[in-house]
Amino acid sequence: MLPAHLKLLEAESIHILREAAAQASNPVLLYSIGKDSSALLHLTRKAFHPARPPFPLLHIDTTWKFRDMIRFRDELVARFGLELRKHTNPEGLARNINPFDHGSVVYNQIMKTDALKQALTEGRYDIAIGGARRDEERSRAKERIFSVRAPGHVWDPKLQRPELWNLYNASLAPGETMRVFPLSNWTELDVWTYIRAEAIDVVPLYFAAERPVVMRDGAMIMVDDERMRLLPGEVPERRRVRFRSLGCYPFSAAVESAASNLDEIIEEMLTTRVSERAGRLIDQDQDSSMETKKRDGYF
Amino acid sequence: MASSLLRVLTCGSVDDGKSTLIGRLLFEFGTVPEDVMAALERDSKRFGTVAEGVDYALLVDGLSAEREQGVTIDVAYRFFQTASRRFILADAPGHEQYTRNMATGASTADVAVLLVDARKGLLAQTRRHAAIAWLMGVRQIVLVVNKMDLAGFEQGVFERIVADFDALRARLGDIPVTAIPICARDGDNVIQPGERMGWYGGPSLLAALEAAQPAREAAGRPFRMPVQLVNRPDPSFRGYAGTVASGRVRPGDAIANAAGAVAACVARIVTMDGDLLEASAGEAVTLVLDREIDVSRGDVLAAEPAPVAADELTAWVVWMTDTPLFRGRAYGVMLGTRTVTGTVTALAAKLDIDTLEEVPVQELRLNEIGRVTISLTRPLICEPYADSRTLGGFILVDRLSGDTVGAGMVIAARARPRNLHWHQLDVDKTVRAALKGQKPAVLWFTGLSASGKSTIANLVERRLAAMGRHTMVLDGDNVRHGLNRDLGFTEADRVENIRRIAEVAKLFVDAGLIVLVSFISPYRAERGLARDTVEAGEFIEIYVDTPVEECRRRDPKGLYVKADAGQLRNFTGVDAPYEAPTAPELHLPTMEQPAEALAEQVVAELRARGIIS
Ligand SMILES: Nc1nc2c(ncn2[C@@H]2O[C@H](COP(=O)(O)OP(=O)(O)O)[C@@H](O)[C@H]2O)c(=O)[nH]1
Repeated sequence: MLPAHLKLLEAESIHILREAAAQASNPVLLYSIGKDSSALLHLTRKAFHPARPPFPLLHIDTTWKFRDMIRFRDELVARFGLELRKHTNPEGLARNINPFDHGSVVYNQIMKTDALKQALTEGRYDIAIGGARRDEERSRAKERIFSVRAPGHVWDPKLQRPELWNLYNASLAPGETMRVFPLSNWTELDVWTYIRAEAIDVVPLYFAAERPVVMRDGAMIMVDDERMRLLPGEVPERRRVRFRSLGCYPFSAAVESAASNLDEIIEEMLTTRVSERAGRLIDQDQDSSMETKKRDGYF
Repeated sequence: MASSLLRVLTCGSVDDGKSTLIGRLLFEFGTVPEDVMAALERDSKRFGTVAEGVDYALLVDGLSAEREQGVTIDVAYRFFQTASRRFILADAPGHEQYTRNMATGASTADVAVLLVDARKGLLAQTRRHAAIAWLMGVRQIVLVVNKMDLAGFEQGVFERIVADFDALRARLGDIPVTAIPICARDGDNVIQPGERMGWYGGPSLLAALEAAQPAREAAGRPFRMPVQLVNRPDPSFRGYAGTVASGRVRPGDAIANAAGAVAACVARIVTMDGDLLEASAGEAVTLVLDREIDVSRGDVLAAEPAPVAADELTAWVVWMTDTPLFRGRAYGVMLGTRTVTGTVTALAAKLDIDTLEEVPVQELRLNEIGRVTISLTRPLICEPYADSRTLGGFILVDRLSGDTVGAGMVIAARARPRNLHWHQLDVDKTVRAALKGQKPAVLWFTGLSASGKSTIANLVERRLAAMGRHTMVLDGDNVRHGLNRDLGFTEADRVENIRRIAEVAKLFVDAGLIVLVSFISPYRAERGLARDTVEAGEFIEIYVDTPVEECRRRDPKGLYVKADAGQLRNFTGVDAPYEAPTAPELHLPTMEQPAEALAEQVVAELRARGIIS
């Protein structure tokens, strides 16, 4: 049974998804394979049932995602008969931009931010739907549900519109685009509780299992494939770990955990206090770095 | 559990301790992640205003630009959860632009928390916040008197403030108020009762919020659902997707498209979890009807008694942008799931937020609240805001930029009496025009004073007359001597001036004429209004493009000289702007060709468009 507050949040998200689809001329859903994307996709299927979602999924593939993530993505797309579009920054690929040689700032800029902007521009999408939440980071508390992007996909605080009632204004001036965040009012706990109540599938990496990891700068990094470069003296050891947040494997730190099912994950969440994004090393580059990235066009 | 989600608006004046209070709520509920805590300790040293320890206020300041200046500039949404409830806080800043932000936060709020500094008591700002919350439909207030430590935790101080607020309450329809004395910094009465105020027997702030009732649509409202989209995966299924705005619906219920009033019965209430036996306000569903009726996005499915299909609204409007609202301006009106064009036909008054009295005004500025009448190009299904936030709340959208420029609350909706509706007369515009061997049109010449509008318009008219066409010229200057002689040159008057000219042009078009309007018409929005007055294809915008230096050199009436000398105010090109057309049907650069050649171009364009043969 869905807790009452989740029923209300679910209805709100469905309303938002329908508004986005109805007002857009060429919408797309940004699918990142993580738990938020799983919840978002489930809500999308509900919003348009019995029809299929009226927009394709777009995945920005940096080529450094965990192998489990890609497997999960492809199975899901096949199971629900979804249309998946993938994009990798061709320039980045040609220059072999990778997490080891180029560092997180350059790598993220080229393989994530630039790639996303390329894909949105090439696809001529007017509305891109994403799974960001307001509780993820403090600068997001002020993000709109329908967030206008100036030409070049940049976020300009002055362009942001007041949002009243459940009226979402998706009008765009030439060159502008819109990001829509149906999960704005959800918390991390809400997402997990919803996933449990609705029996939604998520990538197995969220559940604890023995995995090969190395300790690096106080973070546990999983050795996902042979491309992982070990530093002198580093020897992978097997530990019982799981991931609270999934990105590119060299930048997603694991946490030691015994939580191997949804009940245990939720139990663990209620007792620990490490913010989920702390596991994603990219956000700690600079102070207020989320805000900087948002202005720049990253989510 | 039905009341498990509460939406709370928090407002106060700068430094009342609002951020401290919210930060404490977030902190004490363990919803603050550790990395944010770490950043907080770091930031407290850098920006904090508390001498020692953690400054909770920093928890809630979002953007770095704001943090560095120590202010908040936008509505922030924050969440916390207790055993019995999930809360959404809309945190509106207490200074600049507060009306716009407060209105936004209040539009969805069940309860407003008003913060007052015990030493300062009720400020003008507190009264304004209460008034705005009330106007936006919030019907419960929690009055929080903070910094009781600085008032010696004295009961008398608290009671004086409560008594002051009672006087205001009477003017806000006796809205229920819970008053709580607190010390946000130390936590007294925030979550637990504070021992230092033993004289206070009421609930802590948290207890009050846990007990508050969420705002509900008034009980017993009839079923309404604005249709978001028609779900049609294949020919065998046709469903109408939307969120129920009020009332409830069951299979078998008779409902109708409120605009068409053709009834059908609900056959199924479809969701991915299976069909429902009933759906009520707030639920997102897909309805299947037992027969095909004409329904599309923007329509409202409704049970009896049917809501009004309004041609005209009176409403309170909160103005949210720098350019003022004028009578005569047209905007997109978005209500429910439909957007139509609406023209502000009257600006009756603005609300003095301090006295709650109405004062007459000419224009509505940023953060002002006015009572306006809006006439709609297509009907909107709506209800008074007091009955339904969903069918009574609307936004105004700038048709060029797409920005949301205002928020409105329907006071009353009127349908034009049907017998006044435009009859499909037997002899109509088409017939009249056909008799003259032409199609009617408006040739709208725009450009600076002395750019050559009238010269070219006269040449065109002469040519058309020579060809046996029927025309009429409307000259901006001449119309001012007669029809519009009551109007001056303020921005509001200019808008009205252009509205009348557009309406007169339309009447001539109905008479089947080719109307030549030569009129500076410097603002894009106003020309857009004129364009919308006639049918698509009938409006031909002609930009007479002459550089201002050349106009100034020609200056046949000596107007530029006067304007430069300060004898004429608001003169386009001197101390008022000219917004050149971005996509005129015809662009005439007068420096490149003589007037005769340009007039010939206009005639050629009329031929190309089939207006003359
Ligand atoms: N003495 C005392 N100071 C307080 C209390 N609550 C907040 N303050 C202080 O008042 C100042 C303004 O607080 P802040 O929360 O930033 O106010 P805001 O502008 O309403 O968000 C800060 O220096 C706080 O430490 C209180 O209960 N007692």
